[in-house]
Amino acid sequence: MIEVKNIVKKFGAFAALDGVDLKVANGELLALLGPSGSGKTTLLRIIAGLDWPDAGEVSFDGEDALSRGASERQVGFVFQHYALFRHMTVFENVAFGLRVQPRTVRKSEASIRARVKELLDLVQLDWLSNRYPSQLSGGQRQRIALARALAIEPRILLLDEPFGALDAKVRKELRQWLRSLHSEIHVTSIFVTHDQEEALEVANRVVVMDKGRIEQIGTPGEVYDHPATAFVHGFIGESIVLPVDISDGCVRLGGKALNIAANGAAAGASKLFVRRHDMQIGPAGSGALEGAVQRVRSFGPIQRAEIALSAGECATVIEIDAPRDRELQTGDIVGLQPRRYRIFAGQD
Amino acid sequence: MNAPQFSSSPARDDLRTEPMLVRLVIIAMAVIFLTVFVVLPLVVVFAQAFSKGVGAYFTALSDPEALSAIRLTLMVAAISVGLNLVFGLVAAWAIAKFDFRGKTFLISLIDLPFSVSPVISGLVFVLLFGAQGYWGPWLQSHDVHVLFAVPGIALATIFVTFPFVARALIPLMQEQGTQEEEAAISLGASGLQTFFRVTLPNIKWGVLYGVLLCNARAMGEFGAVSVVSGHIRGETNTMPLLVEILYNEYQFVSSFAIASLLAMLALITLVAKTILERHLDEGQFPRD
Repeated sequence: MIEVKNIVKKFGAFAALDGVDLKVANGELLALLGPSGSGKTTLLRIIAGLDWPDAGEVSFDGEDALSRGASERQVGFVFQHYALFRHMTVFENVAFGLRVQPRTVRKSEASIRARVKELLDLVQLDWLSNRYPSQLSGGQRQRIALARALAIEPRILLLDEPFGALDAKVRKELRQWLRSLHSEIHVTSIFVTHDQEEALEVANRVVVMDKGRIEQIGTPGEVYDHPATAFVHGFIGESIVLPVDISDGCVRLGGKALNIAANGAAAGASKLFVRRHDMQIGPAGSGALEGAVQRVRSFGPIQRAEIALSAGECATVIEIDAPRDRELQTGDIVGLQPRRYRIFAGQD
Repeated sequence: MNAPQFSSSPARDDLRTEPMLVRLVIIAMAVIFLTVFVVLPLVVVFAQAFSKGVGAYFTALSDPEALSAIRLTLMVAAISVGLNLVFGLVAAWAIAKFDFRGKTFLISLIDLPFSVSPVISGLVFVLLFGAQGYWGPWLQSHDVHVLFAVPGIALATIFVTFPFVARALIPLMQEQGTQEEEAAISLGASGLQTFFRVTLPNIKWGVLYGVLLCNARAMGEFGAVSVVSGHIRGETNTMPLLVEILYNEYQFVSSFAIASLLAMLALITLVAKTILERHLDEGQFPRD
């Protein structure tokens, strides 16, 4: 088990990590998700030993990891830009971790060769073993970087934006491939991403980070359906956000009372979050909100409509996703009822 | 598909090309300039060296004074290239891989020998080690000879040539970044293993390039060495110094024979440099 306790890391006055606690169980596939500058890569580098925290603890299976350098931690690190050794063949890249072992534990040349072959088979690229990194495609480089990291039989595999530098189609293929690879070899893995779809699709558990802090830890379902904070609701999935005011258990938008329960939200300025597909469309006057359809785009199973809300003094345009059972027309006046929603205190 | 074809019309010249006359004039100017200032002097050096025949040429080169100058030049070059290789690697490593205060200052300091007249560089060592200098009296009382001896010549040469290796490596190492080193360390490599298996192979062509230029300058240096050498015949004359002395004594064949060796060094350097530059270009893999 990997345990991170109260990690603080500052770059000058900027706190990249501001008191982070995290436990990773053996065999997990964990995603660190957050916008750029949220500290997720810094956390990954601290676990690997490539950066040192200003305060806090890191332990692997109960042993203190901070007293050891990166080369002694047995951590497999896959870099965002792969960092393959450009003057070595694919084979030598994968063999590197085995060749630099101390003489006493180093394997024989024959067993190193066998192990590299096995790893190249695992990533399905054994036919590239004599090529140089510059002769490979991005997706191939990524898989070689992974095989190289796995060669040292890491206690934990860390991947920094593993799909960030690839084009959309290759990215999708590699995601599924990484998932199935993980279920095959079960090495504890943490990957960093800013792409929520990637995190939700690949990981068993997702850690959502913002401004050097962890906002929420949970399964993909939990962080999507039960976001703990306004940030998580806004960052994961697409949300409609409306500035509301709570008083006497009544939710008001632009001064006009909405016909929805405050669900125990505290009085004061708040924000109402609704998923785009959780806004039900009905005839005019049927819901808590009312608006005029400005623009409709239909694709696949849904139609996406821009609707100009008119609620008291608040005039704003929202985007909603509706099923195509009832075609909307530009100019229609519709009623809107949030099926599910969350209210978070605070304006911004 | 019928794509419009703009470039295939023979009647139209490429817009980027100048008229034939202008092209000819520009090329002629370049050729004449190169001939007068580069090719002719080179030809004259060899013509003078062989003006009394091949026998006289080799007699001049096998003169004890000439042999001593060649030996001294080779020794000084070996010392200064060796030390500057180590210094250049260390300096480039520090500048390219770490961030610290005063880094820009260090970079300009490395360039200092390029911007100072070599004569001044020599004079600095006279001030430090001369009989009236800072350390001169102490050194004399301990019977250590720096000025007018090999150590002084080596010191002056090291000073004049120290930017070459560092200058060749800093941009190369900055461009390559530290990720490959980090990858090596995370795979369990020690610092030395990382240096010899990852860093050095990545910069080897840059190292050779720096060494080549450093060597050419070390062998050809005149000004700084002239100030500290004392011109003791058969002892502290390097090849460039001997060329001047022999010329002033009207020994044209001997003078130009030694000059021809330096000219050959320059030609070899030029060819080697071209080859190395090709390798350096190939080494720059696109990093997307």
